[in-house]
Amino acid sequence: MEVAASDLDNLKATELRLGLPGSDAPEKPAPASPRGSKRALLEANEEHRPGKSKSLEADSRDQEAQPVAKARVVGWPPIRSYRKNSFQARKAEVEAAGLFVKVSMDGAPYLRKIDLKLCKGYQELREALDNMFRCFSIGELSGMEGCDGPKYAITYEDKDGDWMLVGDVPWEMFISSCKRLRIMRGAEARGTRSSP
Amino acid sequence: MAIKKKKELDTEEKSPENRILSFPDEVLERVLIFVKCHKDRSAVSLVCRDWYNAERWSRTHVFIGNCYSVSPEMVARRFPNIRSVTLKGKPRFYDFNLVPPNWGADLHPWLVVFASAYPFLEEFRLKRMTVTDESLDFLARSFPEFKALSLVSCDGFSTDGLASIATYCRNLTELDIQESGIDDLGGSWLSCFPDSFTSLEALNFANLHSEVNFDALERLVARCKSLKVLKVNKHVTLEQIRRLLVRSPQLTELGTGSFSQDQKLRSDADLESAFSNCKNFNTLSGLWEVSSVYLPALYPVCANLTFLNLSYTALQSTELAKLLQNCPLLRRLWVLDTVEDKGLEAVASSCHLLEELRVFPADPFDQEVIMEGGGSGVTESGFVAVSEGCPNLHYVLYFCRQMTNAAVATVVRNCPNFTHFRLCIMNMCQPDYLTNEPMDEAFGSVVKTCSKLQRLAVSGLLTDRAFEYIGTYAKNLETLSVAFAGSSDRGMQCVLEGCPKLRKLEIRDCPFGNAALLSGLERYESMRSLWMSACNLTMNGCQLLARKMPRLNVEVIKEDESDDMHAEKVYVYRSVAGPRRDAPPFVLTL
Repeated sequence: MEVAASDLDNLKATELRLGLPGSDAPEKPAPASPRGSKRALLEANEEHRPGKSKSLEADSRDQEAQPVAKARVVGWPPIRSYRKNSFQARKAEVEAAGLFVKVSMDGAPYLRKIDLKLCKGYQELREALDNMFRCFSIGELSGMEGCDGPKYAITYEDKDGDWMLVGDVPWEMFISSCKRLRIMRGAEARGTRSSP
Repeated sequence: MAIKKKKELDTEEKSPENRILSFPDEVLERVLIFVKCHKDRSAVSLVCRDWYNAERWSRTHVFIGNCYSVSPEMVARRFPNIRSVTLKGKPRFYDFNLVPPNWGADLHPWLVVFASAYPFLEEFRLKRMTVTDESLDFLARSFPEFKALSLVSCDGFSTDGLASIATYCRNLTELDIQESGIDDLGGSWLSCFPDSFTSLEALNFANLHSEVNFDALERLVARCKSLKVLKVNKHVTLEQIRRLLVRSPQLTELGTGSFSQDQKLRSDADLESAFSNCKNFNTLSGLWEVSSVYLPALYPVCANLTFLNLSYTALQSTELAKLLQNCPLLRRLWVLDTVEDKGLEAVASSCHLLEELRVFPADPFDQEVIMEGGGSGVTESGFVAVSEGCPNLHYVLYFCRQMTNAAVATVVRNCPNFTHFRLCIMNMCQPDYLTNEPMDEAFGSVVKTCSKLQRLAVSGLLTDRAFEYIGTYAKNLETLSVAFAGSSDRGMQCVLEGCPKLRKLEIRDCPFGNAALLSGLERYESMRSLWMSACNLTMNGCQLLARKMPRLNVEVIKEDESDDMHAEKVYVYRSVAGPRRDAPPFVLTL
């Protein structure tokens, strides 16, 4: 199923209307509808949507969503208040806290922690890691044009447990799935290339 | 023991036959002590007058499912020897903000009567009651033998009230405030337990928002050697949990605090050994904010776990799978839908003894999911997978965004013993997403196959057909929850006519009107309650019901003044106490 179409379907399904989904019902509920639905109290979308850009799919969904107000019906879905509060509290905490991940470097005697939220992109990440591990006399981490190839590869463990090369995916996608970083050097790094 | 009543000597009854057939009331009372279940006791009391009397003298626990169905004075008059009271207050839809605040269900009038009628009262188990600090203070001072206080989904009190309980209840064994809305005025209430206090067996403050004084908690846990249940809130760190476990390896139920990175934790091995020392865990919950690197510390205690509550933990499928491999004896599992279908497949392959599954939505309002790896939740395939691996499944609560009739039919074919089937398709009025048909056949297959079904919650696009099925087949149904469903009065009529054991019916936003309401005239006195909101009821219809059935309380909640004829929220329940005397202005008793 094409992503954008299914998102649009889901959006329509959450709209307050009484026709069968799929039928071209007008925005307003039909006159024969139960009075209750007209009276269903609508809460304004009280959650502040974080300003960060999301993945591409979500972006396109947002554009299509512009004309439809995201309305909520009181008491639906039927989740008790203490559960809702714990989600909201947790979201706030996650937003407030940094996104610290461990960074290991082959051969270094100890690990470091880096806050991914403080970096705005891959370049800043490389520079930050460079600064952190400079004391181990490793020289520059980022591969540069004209060098005889990078001696190190920055890799990360994603949420599925796989080790991936840093740089392939959009930054936002990366920081939401990166669990830890590992700077590989020497023989393992040979034959790999860091992305620009 | 029981206060002896005066023996009524009625010479006419002492004929030879009666002397042989009847035995002393004291004997009957001794026998009846073994009858615990309140439904059985009610049956016993209906046999004859002697049995009614023997039963009322020997009853020590009273269960009141609706606090307005009877008055405390009536309870005290009938049962002289009560030690334990279970009391439920507000309609269940209060939990979803459909009932305005200050609706009622205040505990205080009960306390005042019981303080003089039952000075040796030991237990209060309350659900959806309003309990103030003054009430808690009064309770603590009025009942010197008080042992157990359980407040589920209650509100109106603060930590000051807890301080009173801690200060005055010298024999307290249980303090459980789970899921209650409580004003947090700080954590010093724990310090109010005196140093000489050692009787605590169960402590649950998992939903408290503020920090508690950890030193006081640690000392309390250390000196209460009978402590079996400990559920802390999310401010308790990993290192603190480790220290508590070291003091109380005899725990059987643990609710951890935060399970995320803690600099004070000296080593993972220390944590794991603290858990290994606890040989008796059967229940684990809490696990707020889990860093999965610490999950292996739990593996030693997983072997005997029967109940695992991960409903506050945004786990991924792989993390859940690894954890569940260590939990072969699991009977009850609560998770968030962050585990997705893959996680449920892991449930199916590891937990063959599973009897109860609850899947809660991590992001119920379709907002951006901040939690790591937020996906699309669970679908019908996860549901089917669990049913294939867990044939003993009989309780399910499942929040999802899509479902098919075929999948539900498969699930109940695999697990025909459902007693509780609560399916919530979160998108309102959503049909079978593959065939675009209503979900009628899904619930039809549930009621046709699961003859033991006691509780049902329906969702998705439903016509009257679904309710015809329910009325025809769900002969053991006791509780039914309906939202945004049905096409006409006929739907509700089918249920009222066809389900003889129905006790609780709660309906919102359905096209059921006065005809449907009045079709249940004969039924409501054998039910605990009926709730209907945002349906097609009018004041006239409700007044007619009230006139015809004087032993019912027919209450209409009127929040706005605009439409005088429409009855927006209606609550009907049987009562021997007459109309409420404490109704707020927005509750009209007809």
